Amino acid sequence: MEQTDLIVLDEFCTSHQVEISFVRSLEEYGLVQTVIVNETLCVPINDLPKLEQIVRLHQELNINSEGIDVIINLLQRIENLQNEINELRIKLNLYEEDQ
Amino acid sequence: MEFIDYYKVLGVDKNASQEDIKKAYRKLARKLHPDLNPSDKEAHKKFQNLNEANEVLSDPEKRKKYDQYGKDWQHAEQFEQARQSQQRAGGYGRETFTGDFNESEFSDFFNSMFGGMGGGGFRQRQTKFRGEDYHAELQLNLSDVYKTHQQVLTVNGKSIRITIPAGVEDRQKIKIKAHGGPGINGGPNGDLFITFHIINNTKFKRFGNDLHTSVDLDLYTAVLGGDVVVDTLDGKVKLAVKPETQNATKIKLKGKGFPVYKKEDEFGDLVITFQIKIPTNLTEKEKELFQELVKLSSTNK
Repeated sequence: MEQTDLIVLDEFCTSHQVEISFVRSLEEYGLVQTVIVNETLCVPINDLPKLEQIVRLHQELNINSEGIDVIINLLQRIENLQNEINELRIKLNLYEEDQ
Repeated sequence: MEFIDYYKVLGVDKNASQEDIKKAYRKLARKLHPDLNPSDKEAHKKFQNLNEANEVLSDPEKRKKYDQYGKDWQHAEQFEQARQSQQRAGGYGRETFTGDFNESEFSDFFNSMFGGMGGGGFRQRQTKFRGEDYHAELQLNLSDVYKTHQQVLTVNGKSIRITIPAGVEDRQKIKIKAHGGPGINGGPNGDLFITFHIINNTKFKRFGNDLHTSVDLDLYTAVLGGDVVVDTLDGKVKLAVKPETQNATKIKLKGKGFPVYKKEDEFGDLVITFQIKIPTNLTEKEKELFQELVKLSSTNK
């Protein structure tokens, strides 16, 4: 991964007013991934929207890391189910056209 | 402009204490927060109203103005002038949740009463925020997405040229980075999400990358074999029909289906179902010959 694809964790935490330890705890749950470049802890810029979503859940709804882990997993399951519903809806439409 | 009953939005009565309002707000925010309802526009709208209700009712000054002029908001300006001559009361603590919520999304009702006073959540922090994500829908014909093409879209007054890759699916969502709302306090722009609605304007049915169609086959070709010309999305194809082909026989034309999304030169298959047509309006001679066939058939059994 190129350095331009990373954002310095310290800067992210200052900007969003969260502790680095909070992001590290998210890492333990596999919710984010950190990378060390030149002895600096960074997060991939592609993970930024997800990380910001997590920070909002933490700061605005007072949800801890365990709760966020559950929520993110459930949201993923909802998205998968939604995709499945969409595929089934398309197939159903095709059969209904035959009626 | 419609009057909004902020007490109703928060589910509290008019005498509710600040603590009751805070509790009601938190409870509903946990239910309606946009991060927990990512594709629910109704929840986003309710969350917006909720934030607005909290913005007003959690601020004693705004609440007083709302209670006094709420239903008669046109006179709020007069109130505002009187208010400005007094000392501004301070010291109350408020909170506003953001989600992907944008200050500009306060209702007309709110803006008419309180002007640009909203969005406490953003102002309090003065931190960089990613701009709002925009969501747009684009209707296309199936034949349009058979080939990769470019299209110019107008989103929030800006023209954006996008490349639509061949093979996009109905209801598929694509993300166009940094074409959403502008970042706040120097934060990055949001993204633009486009959901495609594909209308089938062809005689083919699409199952993923495969296309399905039925082709009429005359009885004689089905029995004796022969050639038929069939339509594909890519033009006409000549097809050899085996003798004694049964009704509803399916054949697969490899690579004559729909292009695979973002995989150049890869295509699904075209599945053809033969529908054998029984001849009608037979002449006497034809009927005789069919009778002859019946006799032959029973002799052979």
